[in-house]
Amino acid sequence: MAREYTTTRDIVGPLLLVERVIDVTYNELVELEYPDGTRSLGNVLEVDGDTALVQAFAGTSGANPSQTKVRFVGRALELGVSRDMLGRVFDGLGRPRDGGPEIIPDERRPMYGEPINPTARDFPDDFIQTGISSIDGLNPLVRGQKLPIFSGAGLPHNELAAQIARQAAVLNRSDDPTKVGEKLEGEFAVVFAAMGITFADADFFMTEFRNTAAIERTVLFLNLADDPAVERINTPRMALTCAEYLAYTCDMHVLVILTDMTYYCEALREVSAARKEVPGRRGYPGYLYTDLATIYERAGRIKGAKGSITQVPILSMPDDDKTHPIPDLTGYITEGQIILDRSLHRSNIYPPVAVLPSLSRLKQKGIGPGKTREDHADLSNQLFGAYARGIQAKELAVILGDAALSESDKAFVAFADAFEDRFIRQDAHEERSVERTLEIGWELMGLLPRAELKRIKDEYVARYLKEPDES
Amino acid sequence: MDQGTIRKVAGPLVVAVGLTHARMYDLVRVGEQGLMGEIIEMRGDRASIQVYEETEGLGPGMPVVSTGAPLSVELGPGMLEAVYDGVQRPLDALQAKSGAFLSRGISAPGLDREKRWEFVPTVAPGTRVSGGDIIGTVQENVVIEHRIMVPPALAGEIVEITGGSFTVTDTVARLHDDSGAPHDLMLMQTWPVRVPRPYARKIPSSEPLVTGTRVIDTFFPLVKGGVACIPGPFGAGKTVTQHQVAKWSDAQVVIFIGCGERGNEMTDVLMEFPQLTDPYSGESLMKRTVLVANTSNMPVAAREASVYTGITMAEYFRDMGYEVVLQADSTSRWAEAMREISGRLEEMPGDEGFPAYLGSKLAAFYERAGAVECLGGVPRSAGSSSHPSGPSSLSSDDRPQAGDHPAEASSDPADAPSEPVTEPRYAPAPVVPHAAPRTGSVSVVGSVSPPGGDLSEPVVQNTLRVVKVYWALQDTLAYERHFPAIDWLTSYSLYLDRIHPRWDAEVSPEFRERRDRCMAILQREADLAEIVRLVGLEALSPEEQILMETAKSIREDFLQQNAFRDDDQFSSLVEQDLLLKTILHFHEAAIAAQRHGAALKDIFAAPVREKIARAKYATADELGIFDEIASDIDTQLVAGSGVGV
Repeated sequence: MAREYTTTRDIVGPLLLVERVIDVTYNELVELEYPDGTRSLGNVLEVDGDTALVQAFAGTSGANPSQTKVRFVGRALELGVSRDMLGRVFDGLGRPRDGGPEIIPDERRPMYGEPINPTARDFPDDFIQTGISSIDGLNPLVRGQKLPIFSGAGLPHNELAAQIARQAAVLNRSDDPTKVGEKLEGEFAVVFAAMGITFADADFFMTEFRNTAAIERTVLFLNLADDPAVERINTPRMALTCAEYLAYTCDMHVLVILTDMTYYCEALREVSAARKEVPGRRGYPGYLYTDLATIYERAGRIKGAKGSITQVPILSMPDDDKTHPIPDLTGYITEGQIILDRSLHRSNIYPPVAVLPSLSRLKQKGIGPGKTREDHADLSNQLFGAYARGIQAKELAVILGDAALSESDKAFVAFADAFEDRFIRQDAHEERSVERTLEIGWELMGLLPRAELKRIKDEYVARYLKEPDES
Repeated sequence: MDQGTIRKVAGPLVVAVGLTHARMYDLVRVGEQGLMGEIIEMRGDRASIQVYEETEGLGPGMPVVSTGAPLSVELGPGMLEAVYDGVQRPLDALQAKSGAFLSRGISAPGLDREKRWEFVPTVAPGTRVSGGDIIGTVQENVVIEHRIMVPPALAGEIVEITGGSFTVTDTVARLHDDSGAPHDLMLMQTWPVRVPRPYARKIPSSEPLVTGTRVIDTFFPLVKGGVACIPGPFGAGKTVTQHQVAKWSDAQVVIFIGCGERGNEMTDVLMEFPQLTDPYSGESLMKRTVLVANTSNMPVAAREASVYTGITMAEYFRDMGYEVVLQADSTSRWAEAMREISGRLEEMPGDEGFPAYLGSKLAAFYERAGAVECLGGVPRSAGSSSHPSGPSSLSSDDRPQAGDHPAEASSDPADAPSEPVTEPRYAPAPVVPHAAPRTGSVSVVGSVSPPGGDLSEPVVQNTLRVVKVYWALQDTLAYERHFPAIDWLTSYSLYLDRIHPRWDAEVSPEFRERRDRCMAILQREADLAEIVRLVGLEALSPEEQILMETAKSIREDFLQQNAFRDDDQFSSLVEQDLLLKTILHFHEAAIAAQRHGAALKDIFAAPVREKIARAKYATADELGIFDEIASDIDTQLVAGSGVGV
């Protein structure tokens, strides 16, 4: 039962205030037609008596108060989902963008979804092998986790995300704590949502997916830099609605890549400013945390469900500032973060993962005997500690000169350099097994005095540490 | 019943007109689905309602019905081991009704209406009782005996009471108040969440809350009934620290509020707690735990209510005479929920958009913590009494008044309790018929998540005004994987002097002194570190270099604690004291050896140091290792001898 009105009173930014409406509900879908024939979708942000505040996804350019047609559709924005979406490209509102036919939906789902009941969640503890040492070894990703990449302009976050999407694999359980399980050939589906990124960036991903034939198991939702900004508020939700269908109805393990969350938040700020809301930090709305949570919390596993949703959101930190509201609030919701570092990048180390401030909160549950190997947790702990100490010693050396360093400090400096060169550095197409990652870690341990390996259980040292060749 | 209609919908805020008899904070049902909401503002006939569920699809003209009662929780057997949302709907019941995702408009009572509990009366008909008096018990699970109390506002004579198997809504006793009006007493009572439950009086507590986390117990201890806050940027380990306190603290009941935090964290608690063994009772940790889970993607208004729901439950267990720890993770999300609602109400904002009443709301919440003398006692039954003055001595006039010393109250030998009620511990003393006041406590540990780690922001600042313990988490420590990343230089505890006598009596008379010496060494290290950074370690005198090594040893061998290692996650106070003693012993021996000409590098290379480093992994029955280390130190650092040969 659609009702059409031409009673718009005010138009402010992307918002229209429509008067004398009846039976309009909160968050209802709206179709708009401007005098020049432009069409846009929108939704109801607020309804007060007989006036409705409508947000136009495609902006209001070309609209005028008296001739704009406003139709209330009687339901919220939905996405028609189907297994056939794999391999297809959609716009930010879920309409085909690749010139292909419309999807015949299996069912229609509201874009906002519903929160997962905490008691229905299953704890994410299945290790995902990304084939990248700095992630697998130190900050492992697990199935059902949300682990963002904090990056900055000019850093290779796209390459890293593509590499994760390409290589992500699950390992078989291993009954022997000293052995890593076999790589399971089960496949991940990838749902990719682009918000405000350039055509070039989007094309990079599409080419990457095509070259590796991964496109067949990928769904893309693209809202590029020149697409309407307000529309991108819906894009991640469209992508996640699709992902939930693939995960919980089609039993697939879905990896969702959301890029770039910064542009998403800016669109949210635009709407908030137009509504003259009281701003929080840096002009972002006070509800930014809650809003981001409704996106990130859609990652997870559900008891009894075969599929899962793992999220890797990418966000570029303005001026590499981790305390900026977007990375800050994201970090409070997600289960850790992978931070990219400009100085590593300048030293030509790929992937430039800043190991120390990066963190995977779920790693304790995802590694160890059966999942990876018994020594994994202790070894990664020791690698962290030793690298941190090496970096400290290096800073000391900058001030005082190498001569001021003690023997043990020198060993740690040598360790830190070797760690960056051999452990962190790898090729964008190199897929390292977790076994190989641990092996490199133990080789590096050989550079340290034996008494310094305080964080590793003695039995592991005895079993895995090889004496360095020269001694 | 009062019915009105919706006029405006803006996110979680709904404005209704026509609710003529509704009062502030009344619970209402909104729309055809009957979504739960609460009136938070009234202007003329317009009532602003915060709705605890998603408001999509609501519009003007839809009905709003007032229930005429404020948001309340159900208190009675069945709360333990439960998982509730912010308005006390049991999440497993919701799951049974709507599946893995939370649909709207479903409701379920907070306490199971079907389950039957074995009620054992402890008073006989004819007994005079008043609010808070225990009339019987239900063994809720092997750990906790649920004490059934007379609701706070009631007083009168028990005319009928029966033991046996009952549901929470069955009448177990009938009471006639002074005007002769009958009241049915059930196992369950309700209480409005925004009103603190009454008590006889607050008492200053001096009993340490032992958490097993060394940096907390030794350096910045909390008392039972105390308040602590954990601020820190993300990734610094707030949640792990809170989990540690929830797991290992020697409280009897733990209420854990996940307020606007991650869903997977609640799942972690849900899956892990039942597996863990309570070190005090030997039973599953879940048996003493109530979870209130309102994750960040669940409706924001219910998040605002969740802390009140949690603390009301905590107060209820306190009133039974238990030591309760309440954890709120995170109060920043609670404050943000207030900010969001305040913004929708178009209130004039204070700091950073937070409402002007943020400070007073925070203070009022934390003030609900504390150790108290509970309302009421365990009245003596008319028949079983051997008290000279008979049952009449239990009239509310004769019962010990606030301020009476417990010892006076039980001066009659017949009244002497077999165990002091002040220390119920894990095998709670059987309820002894005497009128001595019970005590209970609620300790509150609130985490704060300051944006950008900026501690000058309003939530941190307003919290620091009221809390007495501050565990400052540092992300720089976390990067070095120094966990728990509690900064020893900026954290503080204002309870130290109160706890001191208890330490002297229960740990060792030197514990406080050792703690203070170590603190001084750490402080000195921070000063010297500046010099080292400028001119190098060699510029320090040998004794200063020893001090630097000792400080490092305190940091690595004492402060660092691995929450994920079975042999390290819990340290008893005795073990903590022995560790400090050992570290200081090495420090003194090193200084003595150096004075007698031993080379520093030989001292630092003494093999015993590796043993010291591993001493923290000693279990309770391996404490003999400390004597072994002590003799090793003495033999390896013999003054003047070639050290560490």
